[in-house]
Amino acid sequence: MTSPDRRRRARLIVGLALGSAALLGVGLGAGSDGWSLDALWRVGSSPDAALIVGQIRAPRTLGAWLTGALLGLAGAVAQGLFRNPLADPYLLGSASGASLGVVLVLAASALSGHAISLVTAHALAHLGLVSAAFAGALLGVMLTLLLARGAQQSTRLLLAGVVVGVVLSAFSDLVTTVAPEAMRGKQAFLLGNTGFLGWGSCAALAIGVVAAGALSWRLARALDALVLGSDTAVSLGVHLQHTRLALVAVMALATGLAVSQTGLIAFVGLVAPHLVRRLAPAPAGYTVLASGAAGGALLLLADVLARTLIAPQEVPVGVLTALLGGAYLIWLLHRRAAT
Amino acid sequence: MSELSVEDVSVTLGQTRALTHVSLTVRAGWTAVVGPNGAGKSTLLRAMAGLLTPHAGRVKLDGQSLSRWSRAERARRLAWLAQQSDARGELTVREVVQLGRLPHLGLFTAPAPHDEAQVDRAMADAECTAWQDRRLQELSGGERQRVLLARALAVGAPYLLLDEPTTHLDPVHQAALVRVIRRQVRQDVRVLSVLHDLSLALLADRLVVMKGGRVHAQGARDEPALHAALVEVFDGAIRIVRVDAQWVALAHWDGA
Repeated sequence: MTSPDRRRRARLIVGLALGSAALLGVGLGAGSDGWSLDALWRVGSSPDAALIVGQIRAPRTLGAWLTGALLGLAGAVAQGLFRNPLADPYLLGSASGASLGVVLVLAASALSGHAISLVTAHALAHLGLVSAAFAGALLGVMLTLLLARGAQQSTRLLLAGVVVGVVLSAFSDLVTTVAPEAMRGKQAFLLGNTGFLGWGSCAALAIGVVAAGALSWRLARALDALVLGSDTAVSLGVHLQHTRLALVAVMALATGLAVSQTGLIAFVGLVAPHLVRRLAPAPAGYTVLASGAAGGALLLLADVLARTLIAPQEVPVGVLTALLGGAYLIWLLHRRAAT
Repeated sequence: MSELSVEDVSVTLGQTRALTHVSLTVRAGWTAVVGPNGAGKSTLLRAMAGLLTPHAGRVKLDGQSLSRWSRAERARRLAWLAQQSDARGELTVREVVQLGRLPHLGLFTAPAPHDEAQVDRAMADAECTAWQDRRLQELSGGERQRVLLARALAVGAPYLLLDEPTTHLDPVHQAALVRVIRRQVRQDVRVLSVLHDLSLALLADRLVVMKGGRVHAQGARDEPALHAALVEVFDGAIRIVRVDAQWVALAHWDGA
């Protein structure tokens, strides 16, 4: 076996595990208004501190990692499926679908006179938004599949994804024109936010990570075979149509779950697989799982920074991932141009 | 008895009839499929590999219609090498060759020692063991072709269907390929290869001569009737001569 490659892959896994563990620890020490390590020390003695750390910071921190993992995983699957390093997990219409779902619920509650900011209605409204975003994301992907007449052709699929994205965004705009009250909620959704993550979200996200991870690990060999061309993959016994549909399903579930819990978080799904492939080139199985871990670490890092950078104010985490991811890609482009 | 055959197969690609009533049985040894461009050679090979469905006639493997075999079983019995591949990516040479074991692996099973042994053997046979840690994009066209050949050998199938395996190969490596094929034949593998290089094809045990989507002639490499058919399908632009105890196809360059 290839020892230099093996060493690089092992080093990256160890690095990601240690980095994630450290960030999970750091995340417990950062509140929504900046660093407050004292709460961490008082967990044993103060019920308030225990509540803050156990019920707010811990699920938010773990949830951010899990959301990032879903996005990283979905990004690696997307880039493998489309054989394009610029493929992004949102490009099959899941983002605009989720956004429309959220806007519709916000508009409906605004028009029916129930402000969702009411404390009593808050939990229910949040659940409604999560479900609407998830359903919207799946609907977006289904529309894309319908328009592309299945997942057989990458180009048709990509084109259909773009069309669905544009059309569903136009519908969102239409709804916010009729019900401007939904605008703020939509804006918050588009910026991405890890602040609402509770233990329930963590459970849903964790199930998603395990399911998407297992399924994509199973499909990874077919992804590798597809590198040799679809005819060669078929000659090796790969069922192209089933494989591609299953890969799209993994993408849809992973991104749908992620956006439904945190809103749109940009660039994590694009950058994590890039980083992994750069640091440790490997077969798809490794790349997909390591991209999950890298996505988790990246989003958690961004989340900790979002909480502490301009404390006591919080930066929307989606803004931060876009800035960090964008800077990374610009650096990558610059390096490529230089070589 | 293991047997691969096509019976009265016709294939239409878009508006074009690519194969018309073709019947052929792959016999033991090495069979080369030759003919002018557009004769339907690759289409025939693809139909035999189950990569396209004939609109008439059928392909049979061991007495049973190819479509009735499960994907994995078919993949274990028919190894196919594409004419050209733009394969790139993160896989090392060894990992590419390992893909040949895909039809033998279960849902979550890792490759067993005998899979690895087959991979070693395939790389040794295709003479590419030395670059097993390199990546495809770091290799020359000829080197890459040998890796892809090793991938096909790694399947360990009783039938090897090679579509233009000599693409990008220089004469030294063409000779190496002939050695590989003969080694496979000695191990009872039946090899069917599409070849543009007629002199190379005349090293095969049998030749199938195609033109216009039909089998024009077939026979052993020494048969004068086969040579006459070859000259005919190339409109008399070649002649076949014997040099150093082997047949060589030479082009007439008069009109060039």
